[in-house]
Amino acid sequence: MKTVLEARHIDKYFRKPVLFHVLKDITFEVKQGEFVSIMGKSGCGKSTLLYILSTMDTDYEGQLLLNGELVTSQADDKLSYLRNKYIGFVFQFHYLLSEFSVLENVMLPAKKLGEKSFEAIEHDAMQKLKVLEIDHLAKKRASRISGGEKQRVAIARALINNPAIIMGDEPTGNLDSYNSDNVFNIFKQLCEQEVLTLLVVTHDLDFAERTDRIINMSDGRIL
Amino acid sequence: MIRWKVILNIAKTHLLTKFKQTSTAALGVTFGIGAYITLVCFMTGLNKMLDDLILNQTPHIHIYSEIEPSKEQPVDLLNEFENSLKVVHSIRPKQIQRKIHNALPIIDMLNQDDKVKGAIPQLNTQIFYIAGTIELGGNLTGINPVEESRLFNFHNYVIEGTPEALYRDDDGILLGKGIAENMSLKVGDRVQISTIEGQVFPLKIVGFFQSGIADIDNIQSYANLNTVQRIMGEPANYITDINVKLYDMTEAIGMSKDIERLFDLKAIDVETANAQFETGTQIRNLITYAVSVTLLIVAGFGIYNILNMLIYEKMNDIAILKATGFSGRDVQMIFMSQALIIGAVGGLLGLFLGLGLANLIDSLPFETEALPTIKTYPVNFNPMFFLIGITFAMVSTFIAGYLPSRRAKKIDPVQIIRGQ
Repeated sequence: MKTVLEARHIDKYFRKPVLFHVLKDITFEVKQGEFVSIMGKSGCGKSTLLYILSTMDTDYEGQLLLNGELVTSQADDKLSYLRNKYIGFVFQFHYLLSEFSVLENVMLPAKKLGEKSFEAIEHDAMQKLKVLEIDHLAKKRASRISGGEKQRVAIARALINNPAIIMGDEPTGNLDSYNSDNVFNIFKQLCEQEVLTLLVVTHDLDFAERTDRIINMSDGRIL
Repeated sequence: MIRWKVILNIAKTHLLTKFKQTSTAALGVTFGIGAYITLVCFMTGLNKMLDDLILNQTPHIHIYSEIEPSKEQPVDLLNEFENSLKVVHSIRPKQIQRKIHNALPIIDMLNQDDKVKGAIPQLNTQIFYIAGTIELGGNLTGINPVEESRLFNFHNYVIEGTPEALYRDDDGILLGKGIAENMSLKVGDRVQISTIEGQVFPLKIVGFFQSGIADIDNIQSYANLNTVQRIMGEPANYITDINVKLYDMTEAIGMSKDIERLFDLKAIDVETANAQFETGTQIRNLITYAVSVTLLIVAGFGIYNILNMLIYEKMNDIAILKATGFSGRDVQMIFMSQALIIGAVGGLLGLFLGLGLANLIDSLPFETEALPTIKTYPVNFNPMFFLIGITFAMVSTFIAGYLPSRRAKKIDPVQIIRGQ
């Protein structure tokens, strides 16, 4: 299996308010089709790691490879492009653009990528919404739907550009057990049926135990 | 790599959902630009009217022979005192003729010059108007009424009768409105005038004129040049003033210097004679621009504030846009285009507002004795002002939008997302 994401000896320091060594020599890889969860106590640096892996945080030492390509110290515009094309995001809080319709929210990253016509993107977006069983919400304003629905819309948005990897920062952290199960099942299904790679930071032991692999972190190190 | 369609769509959505704030910001620009257009159209209209008033009736060069002391006194010619301080008391003006020597050849020469639109003679003299036993002092000027009309818009000031009627009547006189009222005279009446030497001539009133300046209207009258020459008992070459109109007013200074040197006469150019009008024009322009710029700066701060607020409210949106692959530049462009849309819409509305207000002013009646040809407030619709207005709107909104949008560009999405 191909390696999608690889971290080599990543170190990260917080400089304010005092110098603090957050991540210590993190090295691991994620293969295509894997469903990986990162677990650890609050403050162990797991979210910090995720944002470095997501290319949004560029202030670190070490090397990060996405699809075998070195990402470290690329220009901002290039990183934006890589995020747009290869990485899908699901956050703990929904993070939809509240003034846009559900459909527009899902379409936005694809419009930015600009590889397809708007009609094709709309068709794709409807397809993703159908897979997640929320196609009936397409025309609703993003601020008018429930929390569980919002999270599913966010997943649809993460999927729109058919990314190489989906990253989640506590994607079920804000949901009740029913919706939480629902989201897990969607992830599992995507992973198995569409050979999607998933990397999820979570507190939820139940959630983590059902994934293919758990990376345990403590005090900035992988155990 | 910027997808303008997507960027503009996001900008549009932001603006429309915050319609109240957007329209407040745009209205600020509208009022700024509207006020600028109104002010500048009105002020320059006023300036142009005042300039025209002066320039249309004032000769570009006025040539006359001035009674003044000699510049060189006999003592200056003595070599013995060459390097000494010389003080001469009680200098008297030199005895010279009032008339311009060789006036007709000078006029011919000036009229042949390519730069000269026309040079015409005048004869100024002091007379008395006789009403029964009362003698009123006054001025009589001999002119060529048709040429005066052509070059100096004389007809604009003739309120009864016409310059042509004066031209046709060798015994005709155009009386100042003030004298006519003082002496209760009508057109068609006869008025007796007396020269300083005491000879009395009856003249027929063919019309009245009004310059708007009471001091002039109370003493001044016009008759044909040859009539005045006849009254004074002088030949046809007796001329006291030559008025020159040029095609290009700016050449007046140079030409007046040449004429003074060439003919040993006094030649005053229009800019020297009316320096105070130039100053007035400049100050009015200064006020116009100071007020407009102030208004636009206030409007600019409005836009700056509203964009800052919008960016603060949209922190989450900015973070999510960046997380899903929009670059800092994309985000900056979203907010820049919002500022520019506000500027363009507000600016265009401002142009229409200004046009409307200027039209309103243009239609207001403005009647004054001083300006017989003006019926409404003067307004100058110069397309250049509209171009400047919209440019200024765009530039000021660009500056007002640039700083907040740069802040949006620099927002670190990780901080926002983790901060929740």
